[in-house]
Amino acid sequence: MSIVKLNNRSVKDVTAFGSITSLGSLTHIATQTASSSASISFTSGIDSTYKEYIFYFVNIHPQTDSSSAETALVFQVDTGTNTNYNQTITSTYFRSQHDESASSPALGYRTSGDQAQGTGFQNLAEGQGADNDQSLSGTLHLFDPSNTTFVKHFLSNVTYSHHGDYTMNAYVGGYVNTTTALTRVQFKMTNGNIDSGQILLFGLN
Amino acid sequence: MALVKHNNNSISAVTSVNLTQGKMTLIKEQTASSSSSISFVDGSSSVVLDNTYPIYLFKFINIHPSSSAIFSFQTSTNGGSSYGVTATTVFFRAQQTEAGSDATLAYDTNMDLAQSTGNAYLGRPVLTDNDASLCGTLHFFNLSSNTFTKHYTYNNSVMGNYCQNAFGAGYFNTTSPIDAVKFQFESGNIDSGTIKLFGIKGS
Repeated sequence: MSIVKLNNRSVKDVTAFGSITSLGSLTHIATQTASSSASISFTSGIDSTYKEYIFYFVNIHPQTDSSSAETALVFQVDTGTNTNYNQTITSTYFRSQHDESASSPALGYRTSGDQAQGTGFQNLAEGQGADNDQSLSGTLHLFDPSNTTFVKHFLSNVTYSHHGDYTMNAYVGGYVNTTTALTRVQFKMTNGNIDSGQILLFGLN
Repeated sequence: MALVKHNNNSISAVTSVNLTQGKMTLIKEQTASSSSSISFVDGSSSVVLDNTYPIYLFKFINIHPSSSAIFSFQTSTNGGSSYGVTATTVFFRAQQTEAGSDATLAYDTNMDLAQSTGNAYLGRPVLTDNDASLCGTLHFFNLSSNTFTKHYTYNNSVMGNYCQNAFGAGYFNTTSPIDAVKFQFESGNIDSGTIKLFGIKGS
């Protein structure tokens, strides 16, 4: 019997080969671009499909410089269709810093950036600058948000320009202290709008 | 009707299907062999370092030096004609000896830059022991921007005089697009090892 050879056209509607349903482990879910945005919310696509969700921040530029008031990218989460964004968080925050004049290199814990069963927005940075070329980039990992047994862990690593012309490298980790599934995440600045920048959401299995 | 079962041969002509496409793309893999440096230059040897991807990820696999030295990198805004973009960086590390005698976490001022055009370090010196190497990752963000400085972060594990978990970040203080990245040891060659470049993007 002659072999029946398939081509692209004959399999164009195929969405799974056996148990294979994806060609890669990092799947893009959504991208949002800030434009003088008071906040950016991801209200869909966060469910049990993936065990890990990764937010990539690309050049998040604040409207307001921290020289006039503390400015930082922060986030909170919520459940179901709620929009209160006030889940209970316990977290840690440490950072290294170095300024352009090499005068104050440092590594240290920042109690101003952590929470202990707090319901406020979680800092991902502190003291961001808003010069035209200043911004924040990095990642936030959210683990197994749909789990109904465990608390919801998160880890963040961002680098950004401090308003005092420091390069900053902030590490944030912690958990949202709920066993209810998380379905949405909101980002905003502590002061002013997110002037520009992109947040990309990926799922990782 | 009898079920027609296909095998690898019968689908050998298929090059695409309607499956969910992964969004982390391997752009280029280079393997060192007594190499003085390894460069990734946009538009050269299938390398892409432009606005195709907002995020670029380098992975270091068992980078082994010919002589004990610091693994480092610099960038270029002119297609690799010259490397030496001004950078301000941070560096801190956790480390421990194999004897368990010196566990510390600290910032290291010998490893950072302040508005310097020197090489940016990726960890303390790697030993030349046959089983010694460096592994880890380096992220770059929006290298093609004409507006912002160019941020990066890395996290590498180093087998040196210490077992070192090295963390670094910073920015190349230019608003010109960066289109080339070069890796090298501060002295000697990259004896062996693999560097992979990935691009990450949304739709």
